[in-house]
Amino acid sequence: MTQPPSPPSIVKPRNTQRRNLIQRLGYIGLILAAIITVIPIILIVVFIYSRGLPAISIEFLTAMPRDGMRAGGIFPAIIGTLWLTVGTGAIAVPLGVGAAIYLSEYAPDNRWTRTIRIAIINLAGIPSVVYGLFGLGLFVLFLQFGTSIIAGSLTLAIMTIPVIISTSEEALRAVPNSFRVVSISVGGTRWQTIRRIVLPQALPGILTGVILGLERAAGETAPILFTVASFFLPTLPASIFDATMALPYHLFVISTQVPGMPIQIQYGTAVVLLTFVLGMNGIATVIRSRARARRQW
Amino acid sequence: MESINWKEYLITRMIKVCGYSAIIFVIMIFIFLLREGSATVIEIPPDALFSTRWYPIEDYFGILPLIGGSFIVTIGATLIAVPLGVCCAIFIAEIAPRWIREILKPLVELLAGLPSVMLGFLGILVIAPAVRSILDIPTGLTAFTGAMLLAGMAIPTIVSVSEDALDSVPRTYRDASLAMGATKWQTIWRVTLPAARSGVLTAVMLGIGRAIGETMTVMMVTGNAPVLPTGLGALFKPARTMTATIAAEMGEVANGSVHYHTLFFIGIVLFVISLLINLAAARIVFRQQKRAERILS
Amino acid sequence: MVSSKENPTHSINGNKPKIRIQDLTVRYSDGTESLRQINLNIPENAITVLFGPAGGGKSTLLRTINRLNDLADVVELSGHLYIDKQDVLSKDCDVIALRRTVGMVFARPVVLPMSIRQNLTYGLELAGIHDSSRLNQAVEDSLEAAALWEEVQDRLDEPAARLSGGQQQRLCIARALVLKPEVILLDEPTSGLDPISTGKVENSLQELKEDYTIVLVPHSVQQAARVSDYAAFMLDGRLIEYAEGKLLFTKPGDQRTEDYVEGRFG
Repeated sequence: MTQPPSPPSIVKPRNTQRRNLIQRLGYIGLILAAIITVIPIILIVVFIYSRGLPAISIEFLTAMPRDGMRAGGIFPAIIGTLWLTVGTGAIAVPLGVGAAIYLSEYAPDNRWTRTIRIAIINLAGIPSVVYGLFGLGLFVLFLQFGTSIIAGSLTLAIMTIPVIISTSEEALRAVPNSFRVVSISVGGTRWQTIRRIVLPQALPGILTGVILGLERAAGETAPILFTVASFFLPTLPASIFDATMALPYHLFVISTQVPGMPIQIQYGTAVVLLTFVLGMNGIATVIRSRARARRQW
Repeated sequence: MESINWKEYLITRMIKVCGYSAIIFVIMIFIFLLREGSATVIEIPPDALFSTRWYPIEDYFGILPLIGGSFIVTIGATLIAVPLGVCCAIFIAEIAPRWIREILKPLVELLAGLPSVMLGFLGILVIAPAVRSILDIPTGLTAFTGAMLLAGMAIPTIVSVSEDALDSVPRTYRDASLAMGATKWQTIWRVTLPAARSGVLTAVMLGIGRAIGETMTVMMVTGNAPVLPTGLGALFKPARTMTATIAAEMGEVANGSVHYHTLFFIGIVLFVISLLINLAAARIVFRQQKRAERILS
Repeated sequence: MVSSKENPTHSINGNKPKIRIQDLTVRYSDGTESLRQINLNIPENAITVLFGPAGGGKSTLLRTINRLNDLADVVELSGHLYIDKQDVLSKDCDVIALRRTVGMVFARPVVLPMSIRQNLTYGLELAGIHDSSRLNQAVEDSLEAAALWEEVQDRLDEPAARLSGGQQQRLCIARALVLKPEVILLDEPTSGLDPISTGKVENSLQELKEDYTIVLVPHSVQQAARVSDYAAFMLDGRLIEYAEGKLLFTKPGDQRTEDYVEGRFG
């Protein structure tokens, strides 16, 4: 009787140990990278809150500043940032979402569309201070709006539009194409399909993008340096043609330009700004996870 | 129905205008930068413009130290941010269990949302003094400090874009590699990462673009000394970037003066640099898409 | 050269033609699934089956009837397609109204992300019908006709995504019916369904044909043989043979048809 051939040996050869060692070391390296990246974030938040929370009081949040900003509250800066955020949103959201709808639902695959995309990529990459220069040149000087909320909002809006476009377009494209086909097959027009099916389904994604975009705009200093921000304003802005204070600019000035500024106020201002950012991040995250849970596709 | 057709037409037109607005904005920005900055070419002879002394009070408008400052700070930031960011992305995309992913991704997103002025604030109060005492140098406001903070701003971009790229590598690639007996580690470095090569490259370029364009952080921590950086030691001395120069000096400049025009000129330089980086990144993305279409068709 | 056998402008005993297709040629930009010189009459109140191997142009033909092709990248479109007296390929055809006259059911059940009721009222509201009693009646009628009413009548406001595959497909049939079309197109409607659901769908079709003209792309030759009153065999974008179902599947005239029916290729 001939012996059947012996099965191939699957005993681990010796260089497996070396392979596994490399893998283990590699994993440690990657984990270290992640930790080094992430620990500072947590530290920053903890640090600012621990130093700054003591400064927060009702007065701090609602009173006008006194003594050259060295005492009192930061109310005008808070209001100013709110104004600017609303203004930016009012301009950037319709334009940005509209452009996203165009790119996702209407645009043909030709050279013009590619040019639009390149333009968007470029807008996204322009340094914020260059936006400030542009805002100065066009809105403050040429159109003679002066340093005003409108000039700042327009500048911030153009800066925010590329962010809104890319997140919105992604949200729109994620809606399954079969929905669109079904709607067309029962006699819907393209806009009806968008308005009734695509847009509502894409809304959470669009909203998340808008919130994150506006959050970025609210925290920017350079674009508002020359277009809207003032340091010391005795009164609150009365119209969109007035200048205003703003939180990020305020933090910048009180931490670098004003001698004898109590450290408490600096940290306090930082806390308000950070809370604003964290809050918007939180809202965006909540919207995103709830939408994912309720999705019907 | 007649009314539907008319409304539909109007809405479609408006959406199309939104789509093309991006092109209009880029052109407008370029025009207005040119409008205020082109005079520099006439007012200052090239050898003076590209000399190594920037001291506007005494009519020295050499922009090389500023370009050098941006350069060294960006290089420093890239050297820190790219390894950390890519490794972090690999960790999140390939190795981390789900619950760690759920924690890490929001944290990185939080870092992305931190306003630059806040990082600058921490830089002045915490990081610069630490750098000064640890490295025993005269001042902590150096290019290195700026590079570290800039890395913090660039890392979220690198992480999220790289992570998307790694995620979109088809499952089948990894499965095939593992089926041939490779370890997970080997698969990552020999299969997945090369497959996501162009996405990761795009991420890096976008991160670099972010670093070059940063304004407030560098303005607050790099010391603002417009001296041409020479040699590696310059990393630990103060420096001045192009962005910080514009932000710092624009407020004190007379409208229409040579200084004013030169600042706009620097803005044009920044615009062109970011244009080149973004066009290169876009090229990579488009080429990758075409290749993917050919492979999948 | 085109032989009369390859492009029959035939006469069929019995029903008069509802759809008349003349010299229809459709070409996509990537060259797939084209149609070449199709001549075909589709009789009303009967089930006409378009069958053949993949890529033969069956879906293309279906999508030309309700102009769904407009969404795709078509580089050439010539010929005429008359529904009653109206050429749907002509410039003055109202495409929106056409799509309400011709209902379509797709291969994978695609329910809109809404409730069962809203899935059905969607098309009606687009057509301008908002009266709730009319809407409710239409919902009930179409669900009855699709043999789904009893199973869902108490949960009309639940998300349609919760229905089973077979129920979803019958919902899609109801959705195609709710606008009271004259023609119903079905593109492999039972390809994802289990045999019981398939049977229910096929039975509904037999009842529906009394009132509607049905054009069906089957997902198997067996299904084609089961349900067809008339059948058309399509290969590579051409119409090879057309005859009454009973005849075509038992005694095909063309060798290619016979080969396909016998399973020698496909």
